Amino acid sequence: MILIAERINGMFKDVKQAIAEKNKQVIQDLAKRQTQAGASYLDVNVGTAAADQQGTMQWLVETIQETCSIPLSLDSQKTDVIAAGLKVANTDNGIILNSSPLNKKTDEEVLEKYIEMANQAGPKASIIALTMDKNGVPQDIDTRVAIAAEIVQKAMEKGFDTQRLFIDPIILPVKVPGAQVQPANILTAMDQIRILAEPAPHITVGLSNVSQGAAERSLINRTFLAMAVSHGLDSAIADVFDQELMNVLATSEMLMNKQIYSDSYLKAYKPT
Amino acid sequence: MSVPEIVDSFAGQVNRITLGAAKTDGGTRSSTVTVGGARNVVYGGSAEDAGEKPVIAIDVIDAKPEDWPDVLSEPYKDVLENPADWAKKAIEEFGADLICVKFDGIHPDKADKDASHAVKVTQEVLKAVGVPLILWGCGNDERDNQIMPKVSEAAKGENCLLGTVTEDNYKSLTAIALADNHHLITEAPLDINIAKQVNILVSDMGFPLEKVVTFQATGALGYGIEYSYSIQERQRLAALGGDKMMAMPVICDVGYEAWRVKEAKLEDAPGWGPVQNRGPLWEAATAICLLQAGADIIRMRHPRAVAVVKNFINQIWK
Repeated sequence: MILIAERINGMFKDVKQAIAEKNKQVIQDLAKRQTQAGASYLDVNVGTAAADQQGTMQWLVETIQETCSIPLSLDSQKTDVIAAGLKVANTDNGIILNSSPLNKKTDEEVLEKYIEMANQAGPKASIIALTMDKNGVPQDIDTRVAIAAEIVQKAMEKGFDTQRLFIDPIILPVKVPGAQVQPANILTAMDQIRILAEPAPHITVGLSNVSQGAAERSLINRTFLAMAVSHGLDSAIADVFDQELMNVLATSEMLMNKQIYSDSYLKAYKPT
Repeated sequence: MSVPEIVDSFAGQVNRITLGAAKTDGGTRSSTVTVGGARNVVYGGSAEDAGEKPVIAIDVIDAKPEDWPDVLSEPYKDVLENPADWAKKAIEEFGADLICVKFDGIHPDKADKDASHAVKVTQEVLKAVGVPLILWGCGNDERDNQIMPKVSEAAKGENCLLGTVTEDNYKSLTAIALADNHHLITEAPLDINIAKQVNILVSDMGFPLEKVVTFQATGALGYGIEYSYSIQERQRLAALGGDKMMAMPVICDVGYEAWRVKEAKLEDAPGWGPVQNRGPLWEAATAICLLQAGADIIRMRHPRAVAVVKNFINQIWK
């Protein structure tokens, strides 16, 4: 499982405050602890508070890199914020550009731009592409899969290795009226996305989204995680500090025969 | 019709380890042996993905073996009672890459030798040959825990491969291998789950996983080799998939297993061909099969089998 740790995000109060006060220690502590907890990448999201998003992205990246060499996931809906992060990011161990839709009303070529940026960032740079387009987030299975297929096709046309592509079928909060049908839809979509290319693209989700605003957040997150792993999910943006979640992940992967069983398998489990 | 070339690539790789310490590294070895490093299955991927060439360790028994068939004893008849000369012969005449000193003699049901004997053998073999050593206990937990730490100490700093530890008996040898700076063999009874468990247990004691070699009780041709093969293949695939608890190089005990079977040693067996050939063939076939599953170090006995297997290795790992 390629785990992208979610905590360095300006939407969290402590990170927002650290950004405002330029407090490196809070960020570096989160970076270290998430790495130790088993993260494969650290997500970096400036949130909405900072006026200078590009400068803040660069400050976060540089601050993290002072103490950790773990690869980063630059998380923004704005191309120029990601580009700013890339200018200072060490991409030797990989980097994820998070994330691009298939296209936007304001920018038909947005995915192409991400592919171009990823190519410039080196052979280990990956992209998270969302199954949404200029019409927004699709509600049905078929449109999700159709968008994923177009994303894969564009990547292939550009010679971009499908193993560097993460498809995010976008999980919506289950508590939102009418959205309760979506988790099951997404699982079905995953089954189809997996077979769009050989080698298959990665499939990722912003896991904590599913429980947004709900009671029993951790339980909902880890239950959906177990279900999604059984449908081919091999990456997630998630809370790596949630020990129960990590145990469910280890057990799901073991039950899917992705990890060899041993009596101490929980101890041995380190996400790859 | 052209056959399409199918190349899988993997993220992980088998650990690369070096056995033996030269003078500059605090030992007295004149040569070292490096194994592992494969980034693909055997025959898969490019030549660079094949990793290091597998190596052959010839068995030297610490006390004269009483149960060896004549065909096997014959090449060693002048050295069977002298492990140092035996080791020398195995290196100089039969081309072993390293020596496995097998301490059968300390087993209470065999020669029942004591620690001073084992230490003496270790020192003499270290003196006689410059290659790295594998130091392998007798399999009786009590005797191994009592004697192998002393053997380990006698070879301190030589960066030997010490074994074996099991799920039920790992603490003493793991601690001493750590203290004396040796590599360690973790053993499992043809069981991938237990293999992983032993690795976790020794890792929990602070033993570096990068210094572990795994051993699955080997099955000979006709006697469970398919289990050995599929378990080793599975371990290799787990290593390539990035499982750090399964990324160790693998050692197989082919010599003992092959010479245990009746086909290798039964003299009066009409229709089976001459006994002089059967044993070496059995041993070579077993070794070559396991090399294809991903074995890195092969313990062997008969010089003719060693020659065949060396030839195979040199042709495959160029």
